[in-house]
Amino acid sequence: MYDVAVIGAGVTGAMIARTLCRFGLDVCILEKENDAACGATKANSAIVHAGFDAKEGSLKAKLNVKGSKMMKKITDELGVKYINNGSLVIGFNEEDRKTIESLLERGIKNGVDGLKILGKEQLKAIEPNISDSVICALYAPTGAIICPYELTIAAIGNAMDNGATFKRNFCVEKITKTDKGYEVSSEIETVAAKLVINAAGLFADKIAEMIGDTSFKITPRRGEYILLDKECGSIVSHTIFRTPSKMGKGILVTPTVDGNLLTGPTSENITDKEDKSTTQNGFANIIREANENLEGIPYNKTITSFCGLRAAGDTGDFIINSPIDGFINVAGIESPGLTASPAIAEMVKDMIEEKLGTLTEKKDFNPIRKPMHHFRSASVEEKNEIIKRDKSFGKIICRCEGVTEGEILEALRTNPKAYDLDGVKRRTRAQMGRCQGGFCTPYIMRLISDEMNIPYESVTKKGGSSTLVTMRTKEVENI
Amino acid sequence: MTDLVIIGGGPAGMSAAYAAYQKGIRDILILERDSSLGGILQQCIHNGFGLHKFGEELTGPEYAYKYEELVRNTDIKIMLDTMVTDISRDKVITATNSEKGIFTIEAKAVILAMGCRERSKGALNIPGTRPSGIYSAGTAQKLVNMEGYLPGKNIVILGSGDIGLIMARRMTLEGAKVKAVCELMPYSGGLKRNIVQCLDDYDIPLKLSHTVTEIHGKERLRGVTIAKVDNFRKPIEGTEEYIECDTLLLSVGLIPENELSKYASVKLDNITGGPVVDQNRQTSADGIFACGNVLHVHDLVDYVSQESEIAGISAAEYIQSKNEKNTSIKITTDGKIRYSVPQMITEKKDTTIYFRVSDVFKNATIMVLKNDQVILSKKKPALAPGEMESIRIKSDDLENTQELTLRLEVQ
Repeated sequence: MYDVAVIGAGVTGAMIARTLCRFGLDVCILEKENDAACGATKANSAIVHAGFDAKEGSLKAKLNVKGSKMMKKITDELGVKYINNGSLVIGFNEEDRKTIESLLERGIKNGVDGLKILGKEQLKAIEPNISDSVICALYAPTGAIICPYELTIAAIGNAMDNGATFKRNFCVEKITKTDKGYEVSSEIETVAAKLVINAAGLFADKIAEMIGDTSFKITPRRGEYILLDKECGSIVSHTIFRTPSKMGKGILVTPTVDGNLLTGPTSENITDKEDKSTTQNGFANIIREANENLEGIPYNKTITSFCGLRAAGDTGDFIINSPIDGFINVAGIESPGLTASPAIAEMVKDMIEEKLGTLTEKKDFNPIRKPMHHFRSASVEEKNEIIKRDKSFGKIICRCEGVTEGEILEALRTNPKAYDLDGVKRRTRAQMGRCQGGFCTPYIMRLISDEMNIPYESVTKKGGSSTLVTMRTKEVENI
Repeated sequence: MTDLVIIGGGPAGMSAAYAAYQKGIRDILILERDSSLGGILQQCIHNGFGLHKFGEELTGPEYAYKYEELVRNTDIKIMLDTMVTDISRDKVITATNSEKGIFTIEAKAVILAMGCRERSKGALNIPGTRPSGIYSAGTAQKLVNMEGYLPGKNIVILGSGDIGLIMARRMTLEGAKVKAVCELMPYSGGLKRNIVQCLDDYDIPLKLSHTVTEIHGKERLRGVTIAKVDNFRKPIEGTEEYIECDTLLLSVGLIPENELSKYASVKLDNITGGPVVDQNRQTSADGIFACGNVLHVHDLVDYVSQESEIAGISAAEYIQSKNEKNTSIKITTDGKIRYSVPQMITEKKDTTIYFRVSDVFKNATIMVLKNDQVILSKKKPALAPGEMESIRIKSDDLENTQELTLRLEVQ
């Protein structure tokens, strides 16, 4: 019997699992997909928000500001990229200026450090490509960028290195209360745990229903993005938000930690929790608004477009509560959920202490994880040392991003191991460059097939039925 | 210091190396990222290569092997599984392989012969989901011809570039059903002979002025929606049609792969996507030459070889200090002619200018203008963007001017 079963391997579940491991609990993470970070965590704006957006006093405000302050240390421990690039909320007119002034006030109340309002000239001096029609901006020096799936995979990996169990393709169908705690079952397997944490993202309402809690609903809110080539990453250095209005936060433009330019998201409530399709309208809206924010975004350098679904709750705030003894909901974790995730984990730990008594940090907990990008960010001398020891680091497989065979093998061998093409992509960046896997896909499939000892035909893009090839050529079937 | 370093051991790199060798250069090194010479020809197992160059029909690997034999019978050095990651303007090359790790080489001259890559699905912003089963035609070609696996059984192809057409036939021969080839433009970008031999012969419908407007399927591709497009290439409402398929192949254009050229501060042509070169295929960086698909995308490998010989010979002459720049003439085009290679002439000698047109034209006249005077003209019954054209200019015509213009007159 585990101490805790965490349902969902998104950033929330990952941070909670790691924190609970740190405090000596035996944790099992249950994930319905073939990898961690496959839901809302995979596709969002990848921002560490400063914390001036959420209404003072709300959980969102409190946990955002706290999480933002915790993030640097956590990313250092986990070897995850974090760039404190600062953010700007730009205003186009006097109405925007009023909103920006109230955001400044709110930010101060929320405890955000260093906020100030910049005039047009100051703004142009730090962001020369910003549109001429912008008149002022709120500057938040604590704003930062991060890679959400890198953080999540690293947190799960670190938890596993410290004893946590990670079960994939475990789609929770039933939860039963027992004398000692709970039994959480998929169609084929049952896991027993004293406590259950519901961090199931879009499906958190379905999980809560399994124990009779129908107090909240999660609505998928579509957010589409367009990602541009690394050539364009230096058009801006800060994250550029528009002034929020009744219509929402609007389209932001930001560099990513990997040097690309990200623009989006749209915002649209939908009904199907698995409909991650992009739309023609979405693309048009992104391009129109982003071009209002900045001069000359070269959309002909688009690398890819994608869609994420926010797990929007119906209370306006994060839903973190315990509807029955030993079961904790961590639901409605929409923006600023990524930023807040370390603080959410602390809060859940505190809630568990109320039940189990004071938890003390495990002595042999190792918070450090070898960075996934250790080879990439090494010096030439260091790289040559590594290549001398292991020749696979001298063989470049993904030519656009310069990813070596050694790095791909590491992704297939390090907790949590990549099982599929997308898993390799998120861990190494192979297939993420200009050719989008055009050249390296067959090579990576071969590495996955060899390493996992599965037939080439069984290699998938993202688990399930997402196979890549059907059968051998010259093979005849069904005669 | 190495005399001549060639980046890429495909048809362009091998032709250039051999040509430079024949001109007397002995210290030549080819750096190839793959584990064999031949480049993309290795996966082009269909025939039709070599008609111009060797007067016989060869497959891709056969064509490559002819050059490999030539090169292997010389002292030209070859490093396989070696990826070049940087070239500086002063011709210091950084490369990586398993044996030597990361190392640098200084060169007297460099020939860029890295080839091109396919435009990806991501660049097209097709709405819908992101399932498996979507490949560029070249990736599918590698899976089928090199790995021996069939990507899927029911196929739609977007784009009628030559690789897409070749793959329509290949997939059919391997037992898959190709349901349609959709082409955004009102004409195909592929060679006429490929349309006949790869589509017509197998009753595969070519849907001109059509595109894919939505991708369906959560895990594996389930189907695509296609629609007819108007004159502005926008989908026409009401013309949508759903086609069930498990595989979508994209043959939507090739992009010269010039990341290294950018590192070397080589000036690029916005239209070709390749370097701006002179008649010797020398780029804006002194001693750095370019040839093959890295320079501009060719229809036939035979033309790649021809062009690469020019680059090889010129690089040899550069090393031997025989190049003589005695003029500076810019070649401009009128739009109907999209681009020319070379874009510059720096030496007064007979020069062939290669170019492509931007649309399908009938009964057109190609003209060369010097100081607003037509100095050369050539009638063509038909011109298409898919077929590269050329015109030869005599050295006498290069006197007393700084600009030549290529113009197309259509009746």
